[in-house]
Amino acid sequence: MHPTSITKKDLLLFAVFTAAVLAGPIILKPIGAGYPDLLQKFAIYGIFALGFNILFGLTGYLSFGHAAFLGVGSYTAVWTFKLLSMNPVPAIIFATLMGGLFSALIGYVSLRRSGIYFSILTLAFAQMCYNMAYSVLTPITNGETGLQLAQSDPRALDVAFGRDYGAVLPSSDLFGLEMTGYPGFYFCAVMLIICFYITLRIFRSPFGMMLRAVKSNQNRLNYTGVNTRPYALTAFIISGMFAGLAGGLLAVTDPLAGAERMQWTASGEVVLMTILGGAGTLLGPVIGAGAIKYFENIFSAFNKGILNNIFDFLPDFLQQVAVSVSSMFVGEGWHLTLGALFMVIVIFLPGGLMEGVSRISNLLSRRRSDGGSGGTPHPEPAE
Amino acid sequence: MSEFKITRRGLLKSSAAAGVALAAPTIFSSKAFAAGYLNEPTGKTVTFGFNVPQTGAYADEGADELRAYQLAVEHINGEGDGGMLNTFSSKALKGNGVNGKKVVYVTGDTQTKSDAARASAKRMIEKDGAIMITGGSSSGVAIAVQGLCQDAGVIFMAGLTHSNDTTGKDKRANGFRHFFNTEMTGAALAPVLKKNFGSDRVAYHLTADYTWGWSQEGSIKKYTEELGWKTAAAVRTPLGAGDFSQYITPVLNSGADVLVLNHYGRDMVNSLTQAVQFGLRDKQVNGKDFAIVVPLYSRLMAQGAGENVKGIFGSTNWHWSLQDEGSQAFVKSFGKKYGFPPSQAAHTTYCQAILYADACQRAGTFRPSGVGKALEGFKFDGLGNGPTEYRAEDHQCFKDVLVVKGKENPTSKFDVLEVVEVTPRAQVEYPASLLGGELGPYNDGK
Repeated sequence: MHPTSITKKDLLLFAVFTAAVLAGPIILKPIGAGYPDLLQKFAIYGIFALGFNILFGLTGYLSFGHAAFLGVGSYTAVWTFKLLSMNPVPAIIFATLMGGLFSALIGYVSLRRSGIYFSILTLAFAQMCYNMAYSVLTPITNGETGLQLAQSDPRALDVAFGRDYGAVLPSSDLFGLEMTGYPGFYFCAVMLIICFYITLRIFRSPFGMMLRAVKSNQNRLNYTGVNTRPYALTAFIISGMFAGLAGGLLAVTDPLAGAERMQWTASGEVVLMTILGGAGTLLGPVIGAGAIKYFENIFSAFNKGILNNIFDFLPDFLQQVAVSVSSMFVGEGWHLTLGALFMVIVIFLPGGLMEGVSRISNLLSRRRSDGGSGGTPHPEPAE
Repeated sequence: MSEFKITRRGLLKSSAAAGVALAAPTIFSSKAFAAGYLNEPTGKTVTFGFNVPQTGAYADEGADELRAYQLAVEHINGEGDGGMLNTFSSKALKGNGVNGKKVVYVTGDTQTKSDAARASAKRMIEKDGAIMITGGSSSGVAIAVQGLCQDAGVIFMAGLTHSNDTTGKDKRANGFRHFFNTEMTGAALAPVLKKNFGSDRVAYHLTADYTWGWSQEGSIKKYTEELGWKTAAAVRTPLGAGDFSQYITPVLNSGADVLVLNHYGRDMVNSLTQAVQFGLRDKQVNGKDFAIVVPLYSRLMAQGAGENVKGIFGSTNWHWSLQDEGSQAFVKSFGKKYGFPPSQAAHTTYCQAILYADACQRAGTFRPSGVGKALEGFKFDGLGNGPTEYRAEDHQCFKDVLVVKGKENPTSKFDVLEVVEVTPRAQVEYPASLLGGELGPYNDGK
């Protein structure tokens, strides 16, 4: 059922994914999401969710503390900017390593328990990180205000290479290419594609098979003499590094790190993204991340004026009713829409949006093969 | 296996090529290269971006700010009764929009978080083509968004932000603030505190743990210690803590006889209510009645705290009971539309929108450097604070500061504050160099 080597189908999926990501600005324009900041968020949170899915989707360990690694990555990247260089490459390398280091520490302790106890432990650790960033670590994190760049930062490497930013606040640039706007998006997009490829390899490797085994029956593995903890810890560290990278990229596109990135709501968000898209599927988490960020940015921006325009075609009294009803679900009420959507998905499509996709494609292929063998199943694992 | 490797390489090559081919047209067609400055309005309308907290500890202020912005847009476009445009000393705006363009607006939710605020500001700049961003009800957010606007190349008209840093350490050329700051609060409040509480008091600070709290704690300490007060302790509390009882209990045993609450919004409502419930105000310490001071007051907060604000001193940027022409016109126009008087948050954001529109009209352009030059050193009157000046050195407005007190016998649920003293501008003015920071050059966007 689960192949342990890359198949032609996987390569096709990877090619389509790459093309779709790179063409993002054009594809997403019609739904109002084709602007750099949101595209960057799609790519970055896509990486975050991909990493989370390696842990949750494959091993079934539900971590409620992944935002801590995201935050650590951001702080590390901003400090790299401040101390070393405005070049994003060292920043994301250090962010990834720090994410890995923190996840090794937290994972080592948390993975001694499983199920709900594991979730609570990770939640507790993340909340500790958040509170420390907020209070005792204020000299490092600048508390609620958030860590920001200053003109007077040392930037040792930049100085060594004779790079001078003059009187303006520097922004991150890759050898002269500024990491804002579309170049910033393409930088994140390349990272996303690399991460997607790594995830694909992990999914199709014996290691990935072992992680699935941990999910389906850990006791049986233990009884047969397999020590599962190193596998789970490795998965935890890999996903922590993905989160660290995502945090670093957040700082690359916008050099600011705030403690709220580590809050438990942010950890919950990545769980939502993964489940919404389809846990354990390759594409699901990326799609889930996109859906949630789209809601957060586009639906929260609808106001009465826009709604009035939308329902302009209705007679006056109907327009008023339509506007007042729908305004509950947009603007500040976007959480409500997200909640309703999430409930619908979990009830009717427990496998997430990807289950919906595979159901539709099954339906189509069955029709095409004239009610034959039921068509080929979708290449994604269903769990 | 070798076949597979070749396929992969070919695949990577072709996908890279496809990526470049797809990217090229978007890069060249991007708006930034077409116009003289970022988001230059080319059609019949110009877009303002209103970035206010719609959720979180400052949501009440944010809702009021948004109402004020909508009113300001109506007045600029010549709808409604014109409000303070009629009393404003500059007559450049004719009620037909700005530079012949009708003003439209987009809104965003800052969630009182720097991250979310920057994301929504970016959306308004990149997607909706906003020429100016304004709003915010937290200094942390204001500083974060101001930095973003500077980098992007649009004007930022700060909303309710009271930290010194907004136009001090973290000031930016593209950022402008109408609201006052903690330095002015300290200078205005200290003489009143001396008159009422004497000069040998011991203060205990509870401070919201972010840039505004730190700034206010510093300013109040500075000015009260000049009076001869001592500071027993200054304890930082997280923003949006909700329950402050654990912070209030130690106050009783600290030997302090004044509690300074450097809190705002719902935090202030909660901490003040809990302090009063703990019976602090009925205590006698060092032979003196225990007192509570809330340096930054607003009507919304006073209303939220209800009975507990009676007799408590603080400062405010503006209050709806002011009797000057501008304030009256604004209260009347706001009241007619929404059915209740505006808060200081609503007032400052209304002023900012009007001041920006007026500066564009006078400059004849929306180019940030042009608009900025029109605002620098601009002297005006009729916007409710008396004669006011936008100081060129730090883009901070200087005007009289109101010291207020919770009213003992309120006549309505809005009538909760009384003005104790109007501290003249000269008394609260300070040299721009005091707070440090660099404006840097204007950024018009690429």
